[in-house]
Amino acid sequence: MKRLLFIFILLSGSCYAVDYRQLSDPKQQESYETLTKELRCLVCQNQTIADSNAELASDLRRQVSEMLEQGKSKEDIIQFMTDRYGDFVLYKPAFKGKTLLLWIAPIAFLVIGLMAVLLVIRSKKAKEKLTSDAGALQRDTDKQKKIRSLLNNGEIS
Amino acid sequence: MLKYIIPLVLFIIMAVFLGVGLTLNPSEIPSPFINKPAPNFSAPKLNAPQELLTPADLKGQVWLFNVWASWCVSCRSEHPVLNDLAKLNAVTIIGLNYKDDPADAKKWLGSLGNPYNISIMDQDGRIGIDYGVYGVPETFVIDKKGVIRYKQTGPVTVVDLQKTLIPLLDQLQAEPQ
Repeated sequence: MKRLLFIFILLSGSCYAVDYRQLSDPKQQESYETLTKELRCLVCQNQTIADSNAELASDLRRQVSEMLEQGKSKEDIIQFMTDRYGDFVLYKPAFKGKTLLLWIAPIAFLVIGLMAVLLVIRSKKAKEKLTSDAGALQRDTDKQKKIRSLLNNGEIS
Repeated sequence: MLKYIIPLVLFIIMAVFLGVGLTLNPSEIPSPFINKPAPNFSAPKLNAPQELLTPADLKGQVWLFNVWASWCVSCRSEHPVLNDLAKLNAVTIIGLNYKDDPADAKKWLGSLGNPYNISIMDQDGRIGIDYGVYGVPETFVIDKKGVIRYKQTGPVTVVDLQKTLIPLLDQLQAEPQ
């Protein structure tokens, strides 16, 4: 139990590792928080600048907060960052020619998958119908044979 | 027959995608700066902090803009290559001393040699942000009109110098102003 507690304490510390910035305007604060969660830290590529402890991330956080205080809009700041670091800095890539595949592919794969499932179900059903039809036919011929043999022999069993 | 061909085709498509993925370098981020004017700055010189340098001062010459710092380990491996380049007198080399302590930077140049015609200071990393710097060292090549023509992230090696930089510099030097 003690060991578990120790692990939890270690883990919880990491949430507060990054410096915290408080902007005077609550609306700007909100933009600051969403923006820092949408921008990628380019040094530690799988972290946002809100999560990262890297110096560059801290510089970019400073840049974002300064631009917000200057009254720049979110779009202005995103434009500023992509002008310098390219689309790569955005965690959520823009929807355009180059990134079309990125956006379309998951939907396309889902559609392909659903179609494949439908086809498999259909072909299975068709096969089942065929076998049951054949079974019925077999029963019919058995009955006819019986009738014929009865007629021929004149015996009723 | 189709039963065997479909998985085979799927496998080949996947193998091609994964194969291409293996050859890509994820830390290499395409620079949006190529063929764009070099971002402006006005920064104090390392050896004469009262003097400022701006890109306008360098108009009419081809210059190499090399981002370096004394704390940067791979800059140390790059440094002799820059010293060699400086000896060729093929280009003006400007250093951007990025987020560094000026005293450390001077000590570094004193012991390893100074390939830079001028080094400027960017202690809080603002010029770095304007140039999209994310991994030191980085090297930009700027032409006579002040347009960025090439960017390399990571240390310049002798091979880079011979195969890419020197031919490019020759070509840019031959261009009219």
